[in-house]
Amino acid sequence: MVSLRDVVKAFGEVVALDGFDLSVAPSRVTVLVGPNGAGKTTALRLLTGALTPDEGSALTFGLDPSGSMGDDVRRRCGMFSAKPALYDRLSGYENLRYSAELYEVGPTWPDRIAEAAARFGIDHALDQQVGGYSTGMKTRLALARAVLHEPDLLLLDEPTSGLDPESSHAVLGLIGDMASQGKTVVMCTHLLLEAEGLADDLVVMDAGRTLVAGPPDDLARQVWPGVTVRLEALDGPPAAALVEAAGGRVVDDGLTTLVVEVADLAAVPRLIDHLRDEGVLLTRVDTRRPTLDELYFALRGLRGTST
Amino acid sequence: MSWRRAMVVCRTDLRQLRQSRDFWIPMVALGGIFFFLAPLVLLTTITQLGDIDVVRRVSDALEVLPQSAQDQIQGDTPAGRTSYALAVFLFAPLAVVVPLTISTAVGAATIVGERERGTGEFLAHSPASTSEIYLGKLVASLVPGYVTTIVGFAVYSLIVNLLVGPEVGGWFFPTTAWWVLMLWVIPPFLALTLSLVLRLSARVKSTAAAQQASGLVTLPLIMISYGQSTGALFGAGATTAWVVGAVAWVAAVVGLVRGSHAVSRARLLGVADEQ
Repeated sequence: MVSLRDVVKAFGEVVALDGFDLSVAPSRVTVLVGPNGAGKTTALRLLTGALTPDEGSALTFGLDPSGSMGDDVRRRCGMFSAKPALYDRLSGYENLRYSAELYEVGPTWPDRIAEAAARFGIDHALDQQVGGYSTGMKTRLALARAVLHEPDLLLLDEPTSGLDPESSHAVLGLIGDMASQGKTVVMCTHLLLEAEGLADDLVVMDAGRTLVAGPPDDLARQVWPGVTVRLEALDGPPAAALVEAAGGRVVDDGLTTLVVEVADLAAVPRLIDHLRDEGVLLTRVDTRRPTLDELYFALRGLRGTST
Repeated sequence: MSWRRAMVVCRTDLRQLRQSRDFWIPMVALGGIFFFLAPLVLLTTITQLGDIDVVRRVSDALEVLPQSAQDQIQGDTPAGRTSYALAVFLFAPLAVVVPLTISTAVGAATIVGERERGTGEFLAHSPASTSEIYLGKLVASLVPGYVTTIVGFAVYSLIVNLLVGPEVGGWFFPTTAWWVLMLWVIPPFLALTLSLVLRLSARVKSTAAAQQASGLVTLPLIMISYGQSTGALFGAGATTAWVVGAVAWVAAVVGLVRGSHAVSRARLLGVADEQ
């Protein structure tokens, strides 16, 4: 659905993208992560044709978004910018109407506005001037505007930036709903905890390049080929030597918890049996998937980064 | 290019202006002073003072006008001739200054304003082409100034006819030259000015800079159009007015076509400056 190949984009002396590749399959949520200045926003802007690559190629829906068919590409994209980009002097309704008219939603636009506003919980405030909205309301309105024309591709740039935890949770829930409805989503964030559970594919960027890309589980296996198990026992964490004798590798020897890595899931019951035979009274055995946060830092550490 | 989409951009810009009291109150005040208050006070004073020495001296001074202009002046009394001359000749520049001032103020902020508020991002990702965005913003900048001028012109015509008409034997305004001025000479000057102002608005970094730069651009244009308008009214001949208008239209079309290239998605995003 989306393809950026060996894209270079510079702004004067600053190189935002330097041989960047991205491939997005339909109906998947792809999360671009990286430090500030990694080129995430520039990548999104290339997908709608708002920017043109200096080198390389950008294709969205198989079309060049900055070419003659760009208007058709943009009509099928819904963009949510890091700054909500709303017209403060207009009401919420007028902001949505502007979008509906520009995207040529058709005669059903009043129904679409009502539906989108209700979906994002801002229907009660549509008559108010947007200048009086809270940050959370602005974010919800901007999201409603991004999906108003039912885009095939949803591009989200830091959708939870500046939100309180409650609003942030609600917004991520709404994005999750859209993803579950089969929308293709490309999202930029540096708050990895918030992308947890949403990302089908993760693209780790740094200095305008792709460090690594793929489904989080596959990437996790590259870093941690085995299974991580968290162990707690009645008399404190089990001794590291006991675990190593059972074929485990100690990852973290904490005060109350021992984190070990074993070869695969089949090794977990063997480890438990061994510890029980040694008289360890286990109170907690927890196989865990690494968080995106842990994965991100591990990947950046492995690949070598600019910061 | 979709005219309909351009008009969506235009309508939304106008809707925002309507919500902006800090814009339209000065606009109405400007039109009110130039088209209503100033002519009302001046013409009332002259027509009510009657045949006194000051009015006679002004009436005598009308002899410095070109013969073609003097031939147009109606009225048998010094008060009638003076008020007729003022009504027809003195206020011609108003028809130029008011629309150019208002439209320049709107136009200067229109593109750089989108960038400053961050709303340029929305337009940059929208299906509207840059030509549609340019055209929409051009019309939105043109409408407030021109509508104010047309409404002001109607009010001015009423005042002039009510105050000066009885002195010169009936309603006489607008004269043919004024019609040509309003419908043929002013619009292209307005369009030409806006084509330059919008180009500036697309290129500069802030609204303040756009206002400053626009002032430099529009002042000479105001002077040129002032001179041309006054000349046309003074009776340089209807042909001259038509020719001046035609030349201005050609310049305006060239300016508008070139100006349309100034708007780019990168500039709406505010990243073009770094390129």
